[in-house]
Amino acid sequence: MKIVVTVKQVPDPNSNLVLESDNTLSREKEVVLDPGDECGVEEALQLKEAHGGEVILVSMGPERAKDAIRKGLSMGADRGILITDPQLAGADALLTARALAAAIKAESPDLVICGTESYDGSTGMVPPMLAELLGLPQLTVAKKVEVDGSNLKIHRQTADGYEVLEASTPALITVTAAIAEPRYASLKGIMAARSKEIKQIGLADLGIERGEVAETIEGLTDAETRKAGVVIEFDGTALDRILQVLAEAKVI
Amino acid sequence: MAKVWVYAELNQGKVNPTALELLAKARELGDVEAIALGTGAKAAAATLGKHGAKVVHVNEDKAFDDYLAEPATDALAALHKLGAPDLILFGFTPDSRDVAGRFAARLEVGLISGAADVVAKDGGFVAQVPYFGGAKIASMKANKKPAIVLVRPKSFEASEVGGTAEVKELSVSIDAGSKRAHIVERVVEASEKVKLEDAKVVISGGRGMGGPDNFPLLEDLAGALGGAVGASRAVVDAGWVPYSMQVGQTGKSVRPGVYIAVGISGAMQHTVGMKASKVIIAINKDAEAPIMKMADLGVVGDALKIVPALTAAVKAKKR
Repeated sequence: MKIVVTVKQVPDPNSNLVLESDNTLSREKEVVLDPGDECGVEEALQLKEAHGGEVILVSMGPERAKDAIRKGLSMGADRGILITDPQLAGADALLTARALAAAIKAESPDLVICGTESYDGSTGMVPPMLAELLGLPQLTVAKKVEVDGSNLKIHRQTADGYEVLEASTPALITVTAAIAEPRYASLKGIMAARSKEIKQIGLADLGIERGEVAETIEGLTDAETRKAGVVIEFDGTALDRILQVLAEAKVI
Repeated sequence: MAKVWVYAELNQGKVNPTALELLAKARELGDVEAIALGTGAKAAAATLGKHGAKVVHVNEDKAFDDYLAEPATDALAALHKLGAPDLILFGFTPDSRDVAGRFAARLEVGLISGAADVVAKDGGFVAQVPYFGGAKIASMKANKKPAIVLVRPKSFEASEVGGTAEVKELSVSIDAGSKRAHIVERVVEASEKVKLEDAKVVISGGRGMGGPDNFPLLEDLAGALGGAVGASRAVVDAGWVPYSMQVGQTGKSVRPGVYIAVGISGAMQHTVGMKASKVIIAINKDAEAPIMKMADLGVVGDALKIVPALTAAVKAKKR
């Protein structure tokens, strides 16, 4: 089975975020393969190990995003495609989805795997848009995936449990971090990744024009801070005060 | 008057609470029409009307219950063909996100996701979106029509205005091509602990808990209150508890009715993930800790004494 995994390079979630002068998130330093996408790559590799086939990583970003693809290749993915173009700077979810869709369509995969949402933008909108543009059914928030021939079954995480979803491939799924524990790249894998192909393409190669973005950041303000309340010592009446607050909030 | 649609998500026939919150905002912004799809849509129309929808477009085809996203996208597209609104509001919930993304791509208009508020401005709409780990609020202007905005749950208070909606049958045929992602079973794991993101009460522990061996004290209190236990990044990094419990910028964002921060100083890394909680109670030995300056009630003392005493008091009150 041919599997495409979308991957994104994001600021390291363990480092402090920095804003650029135009109010976009700085992606200049301490960038990593999105931890959610790492889980997607792992799931793709496990499906390939069980069913055979090929795992292709598709990313959009500056040339530097090759490092994120290379990370996935060192885990065991077969090859990568990077969509990079100066016109994609500040792309919104729709333009991102259009570019990814054009690149993925050319591959005609059986399965497209995306993270449920990225660690940096967290809008979670690219996967459903991508599914629509590719004309695929979407099976989202999967914590478990089973493939049997062209039958696809997932467990979709819900607030109080999960839903069992079935569809036929080709399909697009989004996965949570619970899907699979990402493997560490072996030294052998890292060496092998150096000679794996990463194809670089631009918007013109995909036949896409940028167009007007759906939203513009007009301004940025500091989030509201909360006002200080009452501070008391833990004495004889403190417990009653806490109970009173809990009762007013209707939790007891 | 702007024409505003609210996508009223139904979950097994019940109106998702976020839909009612959206209606409270939508009726400030224009004339409101709601869309309710699947089993229970007609019954839901009465509730939606009470909350300010003037018209509710309904269709009770079972395909809306049984197939993810695509039938609902078809229905919205069919309604859109009859006349486009100026603004469409969706809840930022998994089901609505699936529909909104597909629909926006079909219309080629894009959308604004994860908003905390929407305001009318210069004949268009601007959404306020938490940004930069929640420390900043970005004003995002929608450039296309309709403007599509996904609003985080609990951003607005739902309230009734006592109206009656005109119920209109939405004519749409759902063909086999859209019946693909089939929901064959719904499994409720009632025994699973209350999820951190959904809990009405969250009790989080930090370094002030002394060590991992004392975290069961928080579990006991959470058990008594029907809540969930979270943690600060400091104790997750120290390996006391798993990452899944981390609340904050690099962890989970929560907004429970009550958040109890125990032995947590209140670094921004942590507070951006919990400051939207309705009520914050802080328990800390340091009266000068930053968390005390944002808590509704701060209690200064030894967490290891206060927490068990509180658990006992809650249990006694319940009896």
